[in-house]
Amino acid sequence: MTQFLIRRLFWAVFLFFVATIITYLIFWVIPADPAALAAGKAASPADILRVRHFLHLDRPIWEQYYYFVQNLVVHRSLGMSFVNRESVDSIIGKDAPVTASLVFGGAVFWLSLSIPVGILSALRPRSILDRITMTFVLIGISAHPVWIGLILSFLFGYKLHLTPIAGYCNFIPGSPGAQCEGPVQWAYHMILPWITFMILFAALYVRLVRANVMETMSEDYVRTARAKGASERRVMVHHVLRNSMLPVVTILGMDLGLALGGAIFTETIFNLPGLGREVISAYNADDLPVITGVVVFSTICVIIFNLIVDVTYGFLDPRIRPS
Amino acid sequence: MPALEVKDLATTFHTDDGLVKAVSGVSFSLDQGKTLGVVGESGSGKSVTFLTVMGLVDPRHAQVSGSVLLNGEEMLGASQARLRQIRGATIGMIFQDPMTSLNPVKTIGWQLEEAVLIHQDVTRKEARRQAIEILKEVEIPRSDQRVDDYPHQFSGGMRQRVMIAMALINNPEVLIADEPTTALDVTTQAQILRLMGRLQQEHQMAIVMVTHDLGVVAELANDVIVMYGGKVVEQANVDDLFARPEMPYTWGLLGSLPRLNAEGSRLEQIPGQPPSLLNPPRGCPFNPRCAFVMDVCRTDLPELRRSDNGEEHYFRCHLDDETRTRTWEAKHAALVSKDAAA
Repeated sequence: MTQFLIRRLFWAVFLFFVATIITYLIFWVIPADPAALAAGKAASPADILRVRHFLHLDRPIWEQYYYFVQNLVVHRSLGMSFVNRESVDSIIGKDAPVTASLVFGGAVFWLSLSIPVGILSALRPRSILDRITMTFVLIGISAHPVWIGLILSFLFGYKLHLTPIAGYCNFIPGSPGAQCEGPVQWAYHMILPWITFMILFAALYVRLVRANVMETMSEDYVRTARAKGASERRVMVHHVLRNSMLPVVTILGMDLGLALGGAIFTETIFNLPGLGREVISAYNADDLPVITGVVVFSTICVIIFNLIVDVTYGFLDPRIRPS
Repeated sequence: MPALEVKDLATTFHTDDGLVKAVSGVSFSLDQGKTLGVVGESGSGKSVTFLTVMGLVDPRHAQVSGSVLLNGEEMLGASQARLRQIRGATIGMIFQDPMTSLNPVKTIGWQLEEAVLIHQDVTRKEARRQAIEILKEVEIPRSDQRVDDYPHQFSGGMRQRVMIAMALINNPEVLIADEPTTALDVTTQAQILRLMGRLQQEHQMAIVMVTHDLGVVAELANDVIVMYGGKVVEQANVDDLFARPEMPYTWGLLGSLPRLNAEGSRLEQIPGQPPSLLNPPRGCPFNPRCAFVMDVCRTDLPELRRSDNGEEHYFRCHLDDETRTRTWEAKHAALVSKDAAA
């Protein structure tokens, strides 16, 4: 187990360098002048030069990268935004809960829809229910999150007034300047983004669950259970479900990382102040520290999700449990 | 009363490509403590026959007719609830591949206990005691510790022992073994067969041994059914069948047996492939591969008729008695002389 964790840790460090170096390289390749943007429209060329020097932008890219790593190791800090000198750590600290609300809430939604529906359509392949769900699956897979988000927001928010059109409320009350707060308002504002996520991912997961349940039901040990006289319910609960959920857990771990990326569109549509929207505005302002900060944070999240998946997997499947 | 009596059993599957008549016209009767050997190559319908007997074919896809009497009780048409009571309690089944027949995420003990708890009104503790007990009986060493192991911690032979234990834990009267030794290596096969023989003596069960290994049949069975293309083509007492087989397919099977003292000579084989059940040949199912095929074989399925050699000996063949006697005697002489020459 310790060996496993040490190997994981090495991987994490390696992935961190790969992800951040690639970010710096991309930034170096694209034509941009963050100093000019940071200095503002009225700045003189001398001002811009001073800003450029101050931000180390007059240094070669590898030196800038060195400063970034040094800052991270020595000061445990991801640096400060080029644009408003706000600490990247506090930006991420502010944005991450919003994205986490979106991704995890969405995951709860899409799982609680797709697991039962997937199982039901696996039990009755080619039935009406199966055909209807497969049609929705096709729509869900084909549609873009921006389109789904806009349609939902227009229909339920603008036309029917059932939900807010957009916006976010803090889960924990007491933040200054907030227009609304508390769990109820939070959930009320998140419902459409969650449903957007649900439509996107439920499509894939219904298929995944359905395929896995059907495959498991044709396993020899399921026949053995029936030969023992087990009821269909018992066969399903004790023999099919756990075995068919193994691949779902793996895919879920990967998709939670992927969902961070998917959050970009959903957050933009519903005006949620999360990491996705932050990265878009940072990109528009050539704000390298913020972009790198989000990349580092997402990388760490993906690594942690994968670790959780591996541990869960070992718990679910005795064959790969480290003994 | 026989422990298991099957009359005119037929199973037809509805598939996307049409109706598949997997099995038809199977009849036999099996007494307490006796063993029935069922021989045939892949696709001959032997597994389907006994999945039907167990009520394990999916009624949504299969159409079943005939009669299956277990201790005189009709199984076909019995309610699912009644079938569940019977399966695993009165009739047990073990399968071909022990590597895939156990649930990989549950312990051996859990799976054995499950079989007990489904059929007996006992505590989990008592179920566990029975599980350890039966593991001891199938000769698994340190059974009180191994009961908590997972299937992947057992070898193939050990898993097949566990499967046998699971089928026997409720003391069934009939045990159906669907190629129980096919996936095992030869020494393990011998151990498993010996174990089954001993357990049969102790529990006085009736055993159906589905196999494609005539050696297994010769060793264990009292009666034999030879199946081909979903039909019974020969059925006899084991001694009669080996002494005086009555039709060309059985001749071929016996001729293809490897002989210890005939080293270096080629094994005889039956040319061609088993018939497709989706598109079976007209007439006798064996006619495309039969060396003695006549015009009538291509149009009419021969009736299952009684042989004069042996008491309850039946076979399907259009060849007349004289030709069959002559051909078998010639074949037999050739086999014997091959043995003698070696």
